[in-house]
Amino acid sequence: MTSKRDTWRPTASKEMLRLRAEILAKIRSFFAEREVLEVVTPLLASAPVTDLHLQALSCRYRGPGADGGRDLFLQTSPEFAMKRLLAAGSGPIYQICKAIRDGEAGSMHNPEFTILEWYRPELDHHTLMDEIDELLSSILGADTGERLTYAEAFERHARIDPLRASAAQLGSRARDLLSGEAPNLGDDRNGWLDLLLSHAVEPQLGNGRPSFVHDWPADQAALARVRPGDPPLAERFEVYVEGVELANGYHELTDPAEQRRRFEADIEARRLAGLPTPPIDVHLLAALEHGLPECAGVALGVDRLVMLAAGTRNIADVLAFPIDRA
Amino acid sequence: MATYNLNSVKVGLKILVDRDPCVIVGTDVVKPGKGQAFTKVKYKNLKTGRVNERTIKASESFDGADVMEKEMQYLYTDGRTWTFMDQDSYEQVEADAAAIGDMQQWMKEEDLCLVTLWEGNPIVVTPPNFVYLEITETDPGVKGDTSGGGNKPATLETGAVVRVPLFIQIGEKIKVDTRTGEYVSRA
Repeated sequence: MTSKRDTWRPTASKEMLRLRAEILAKIRSFFAEREVLEVVTPLLASAPVTDLHLQALSCRYRGPGADGGRDLFLQTSPEFAMKRLLAAGSGPIYQICKAIRDGEAGSMHNPEFTILEWYRPELDHHTLMDEIDELLSSILGADTGERLTYAEAFERHARIDPLRASAAQLGSRARDLLSGEAPNLGDDRNGWLDLLLSHAVEPQLGNGRPSFVHDWPADQAALARVRPGDPPLAERFEVYVEGVELANGYHELTDPAEQRRRFEADIEARRLAGLPTPPIDVHLLAALEHGLPECAGVALGVDRLVMLAAGTRNIADVLAFPIDRA
Repeated sequence: MATYNLNSVKVGLKILVDRDPCVIVGTDVVKPGKGQAFTKVKYKNLKTGRVNERTIKASESFDGADVMEKEMQYLYTDGRTWTFMDQDSYEQVEADAAAIGDMQQWMKEEDLCLVTLWEGNPIVVTPPNFVYLEITETDPGVKGDTSGGGNKPATLETGAVVRVPLFIQIGEKIKVDTRTGEYVSRA
C-alpha cells in the first residue's frame, strides 16, 4: 500500500518517462519522413461525439464572446476537428494530443489519455493498415500483422457467427466462455458482442504479431462507411497487440446526409438509455457539405503503445500521474 | 442496507453475492473503445474463503453486506458452539463449527481473537498470529541437545500437533505461528 504522503509522486519510473519520450520522437520522425503534417486542434469543442458508449466531460467558459457562459465539451478524440482541416484541404495530417473520456478508469484506462490520430486522403482502410504495420514495426519491432474479419475473429476465438447468431445464442456462448459469472444483457445483441469481444476474443488477438480486425457489423460502424451486401459491413478496423486493443480506424464516412442520420440515431439511442443528449456538431456537417476528401483515419492509444513497448499491463506504470493522483 | 453501483465498488467493500457475505478483492474496467463498459469484480466469499469473479454491466449494483470485524475474547466451548465476548460491551456471541473451522486447535480460553460478524453473527474466527501454548505430550528428547538438529511431533494443550525441536519437553510453553502452524520458539 502507498501511504497518503507518497501520492504526490509519479507512478511512472524515470526509465518509463524516457521510453515515452523516445516513442513520441519516433512517431514524429515516422510522419515527418512520410510528409504527414503535424497539427493541433482544440481540446474544447462546442459539440462532442454522439457515440452511445463515449461520455464527454463538459465545462463552462465565461469571458469575451460568452456573456453568461458557454457550455463546452472536452473532446473524446480530435476526429471532428481534424476532418474539418481535411475538408479545408490540409492533405495528410496527424496529431498527438490528449483525449478525455468520462467514466473510464482501470488497469487499461485513464480518463485523460494520449491519442495519436492520423488521416490519409486517397487511402482506404486496407492501405492505412499497411502503414500502421510499418509504424508498429518501427516502434515495437512487431512482425507484419495478420488481417482477419470481425466474423473470422469470433469464429476462431469464440466459435460463433457474430453476424447471424441471436442474442440468446450469443448469451449462451458468453456464459460458456467467461471465467466468472456473466451479466444478463437480455436481447441487447451489441452488448453480448461487446462482452464476447472484450472477454473472450480480444485476449487471444495479436499474439505473436498484431491482429487487424476489419469488416465490423454495420450497426457498430461509428463513423466508418458501410459497404452494401448481405449483411452490409462497416469499413472499420481495430488493431490488437498481445490482447490489447490499440487502435480503431475507418474508411471514413464522407456523406453529410448519412452523417446527420447517424448523429440523430445516436441521440435517440442516448435518450432511450437515459444519457445526456449533446448538441450535434454543425461545423462537421458543414465541412462534409463542403466536401471531405475520400480518406482513411485511425486513432491509436499512445499510453497503451508505451505499455506494450515496456511489457506492462498497468496504465499507471506509463503515466506520470493517473487520475487518482491528478 | 446500502447498495453500491459500478462507480463505488472497490477493494475491501463487503457485498452480498447470492445471499452470502463477500469482500471485494479486485476490480477492473473492461471496455472496447467504442463499446459497452463492463466491470470485472473479484470477490472472496467470507464464509468459504473461495474467490470468484463476476462481470457486471454499468447499470448493475451490489447490495452491501453488514459485515464487521471485532477483536473479542474467547471464553469457552461446549463442543458445539464457541462463545466470545466483546470486551467493551460484555456482549457475548456464539460461533458454530463452520465459523471456527480448524482454528479451534489454536484457541485457548481468554485469548483475543478477530471475529468477523455478519448481521451480528460470527462467520469467521481468526486466532492471534502467535499463540503461547503448553506441551502436553511429546517423546522425551535428548537432554542437553540444543543444537536444533532434527525435530519431533508435540501435542499442545489445545489439541494441535506441531513439529518441535528435540530438546523441547512436556510441560514447556512454546510460541506458534497460527498462520503456518509452525513452532517459532520457546515462550
